[in-house]
Amino acid sequence: MENKPTSVWTSNRFWSRSAGWVTGVAAVLLILLTFDTMAQITMGTAEDVENKVTKRVPSPIVINYKITYEMDQRRGHEVPIIGGNDGNGKSLFQEKEKFFGRDDWTEEEAMELVNLGKLTVQAKNCMDCHTLLGNGAYYAPDLTKAWLDPAWGPEGPMQAMTGASSKEEAMATFLQNPDKYPTHERMMPNLGITAEEAKGVVAFLKHMSTIDTNGFPRNFGKIKGAVYVE
Amino acid sequence: MWSSNARLYESQKIAVKYFTVAVALFGAQLLFGLIAAIQYLYPSFLFNTLDFSIARMVHINALVVWLLYAMIGSVYWLMPEETGIDVVGAKLANLAFYVLTAAVAVVVVVYIFVQVGPGNEMTTWLITEGREYIEAPRWADIGIVVVVLIFLGNVYATVIKAQKRTGIMTVLMADLLALAGLYLCGMFYTSNISVDQYWWWWVIHLWVEATWEVFVACVGGYMLMKTLGANRQVVEMWLWIEVAMMFGSGILGLGHHYFWIGTPEYWWEIGALFSALEPVPLVGLFVHVLYDWGKERGKGNNIKNTPAFAWLTVETFGNFLGAGVWGFMHTLPQINLYTHGTQWPAAHGHLAFFGAYAAILIGMFYMAVQGKHGIKEMRMSTATKWSISLITGGVLIMTVSLTLSAYVQTMVERGQFGATWEGYFISQAQVWFVQGLGWRLAAGLAVFVGFVLLVYDLITIAKKQKAVAAEAEAEAVPA
Repeated sequence: MENKPTSVWTSNRFWSRSAGWVTGVAAVLLILLTFDTMAQITMGTAEDVENKVTKRVPSPIVINYKITYEMDQRRGHEVPIIGGNDGNGKSLFQEKEKFFGRDDWTEEEAMELVNLGKLTVQAKNCMDCHTLLGNGAYYAPDLTKAWLDPAWGPEGPMQAMTGASSKEEAMATFLQNPDKYPTHERMMPNLGITAEEAKGVVAFLKHMSTIDTNGFPRNFGKIKGAVYVE
Repeated sequence: MWSSNARLYESQKIAVKYFTVAVALFGAQLLFGLIAAIQYLYPSFLFNTLDFSIARMVHINALVVWLLYAMIGSVYWLMPEETGIDVVGAKLANLAFYVLTAAVAVVVVVYIFVQVGPGNEMTTWLITEGREYIEAPRWADIGIVVVVLIFLGNVYATVIKAQKRTGIMTVLMADLLALAGLYLCGMFYTSNISVDQYWWWWVIHLWVEATWEVFVACVGGYMLMKTLGANRQVVEMWLWIEVAMMFGSGILGLGHHYFWIGTPEYWWEIGALFSALEPVPLVGLFVHVLYDWGKERGKGNNIKNTPAFAWLTVETFGNFLGAGVWGFMHTLPQINLYTHGTQWPAAHGHLAFFGAYAAILIGMFYMAVQGKHGIKEMRMSTATKWSISLITGGVLIMTVSLTLSAYVQTMVERGQFGATWEGYFISQAQVWFVQGLGWRLAAGLAVFVGFVLLVYDLITIAKKQKAVAAEAEAEAVPA
């Protein structure tokens, strides 16, 4: 058998060449798809927002706008809506919303906040309890659309509990002293998050809620009994 | 652990060192896993001292690192037998081993005692990168790259010097290069979390669902030849078929991680199709191991190392069930939309890492014990049987328990409550969910007892075999 394979099916040379070709083709396809995907998920700019161009990952400047998560009939699932819905599931980029008292954060300032938030999320190992975009650990709630969570809204318990008058302030207060505001027996530990870092994390969460995640999570905050309706 | 090693190649002595540290890290993985499992049921356990995030981080990092140690050890073990010559740069390889081990120790001490840092890049350089599985700070990343380059250099130089390249070594050389290269994809910072996770998956997925799978196919082939005397031509033919199938499905199977992270919709179809194909090579592996076993047994050959062979068999079933079946159960986007980010991946991950990787590498520990003591035919001891049963049974029960908890979480949090904060905690309080976590902890304790027996067995089995052999010889003389 060593020197005279009876058919091509038992020839190691045939199989090693096949393995090479299959691997090569798969790798080339992956690289080509990566170029396309990278172009689609690169962060948008303030110019896109001005021109009402929806990006999968928009510019951080969207923290100046009201964000919702609404059904897109054409795509058959919810999509993030920035600054109001045109009625057909497209963002209008009109309706603003104050974020820590301002709705005129420049792109540079917003970027700085989101970047600080992302760094803090990494430095505090948030992903070893929470999931972000569904990835991470399963010990604490998913944060993909945390900004839109009814618990933090005007009718949710968190604003009253933290004595804050807005969603972002409630979140920032909670993040700095989570063990002071326990909601369940399973609590978040105090990770020494500073006021500035907390602000960054909230900006990061608000920005993350505007990422087009193809409808994940499904029905977020939409089911009666678990939600508030504005 | 292994007393005399005069008969070993230098390369194999290095392998024994890697295996020894791997066993210690395996123990650490289980210990921190137990802490995390207790915290699920009793959240105040070690709260604000060693929080779940830290216990879980050490749990998964110890897992990845002990598997890598055992993989490097396996290559150093089988390389001289495949090439016929000793490793070229033994001194450098030894130095690399000590550097890597010192670095791992520092990283773990920082994880446990410093834990977190301020939100700046310095933290990602010195304390943690905070990215699941590859939390190791950047300085350690660079150290790992240097050590791996030394390892790769040694493998390539040795094979070139030997002027003989078996199919197993050829596949290993290509695979190790890819494995090392992919690590670089996880070594940068970006504020765009979608881009971050895109490249993060290149490390995680292309390791565990492509390069690591091909790696264990090489090790499995080597073990089949050693324990059964399987025909090299047949083993290597199947190895090449598996490379084709594994890379053919696994590389684009990466798409199943790109359903919900901000990436375009076309990944739904690509991910669904190719990840559905991923179990196919595992079925092939499964069938051909059993087929070879039956065929070779028919010739009246004894299995040369029954503990190693038993673990190889666990690997075959575990890989097929854990990676194949449990992976496929939630890989289609229609299902994954609801299961993503629940206990589902936890159930899948436990059986897949154990079944695909831990089991076969434990088998390699036994190959090393046999080789080190020059035992011709090594038989299972009572401790071998108990440890393999407790560990395997424990992981299976753990997986089934987590699956049941996952069902509850998926139905209640995702289906009924739309994945909110409130929905999450309602699901976590369900009786069936909590029961599943209770069984998981009980099964985890069984695995830990099995681990203690495994260590005892690895230390003592050779002595027992020699005593049995001497007795048999003494009995044979008067006759």
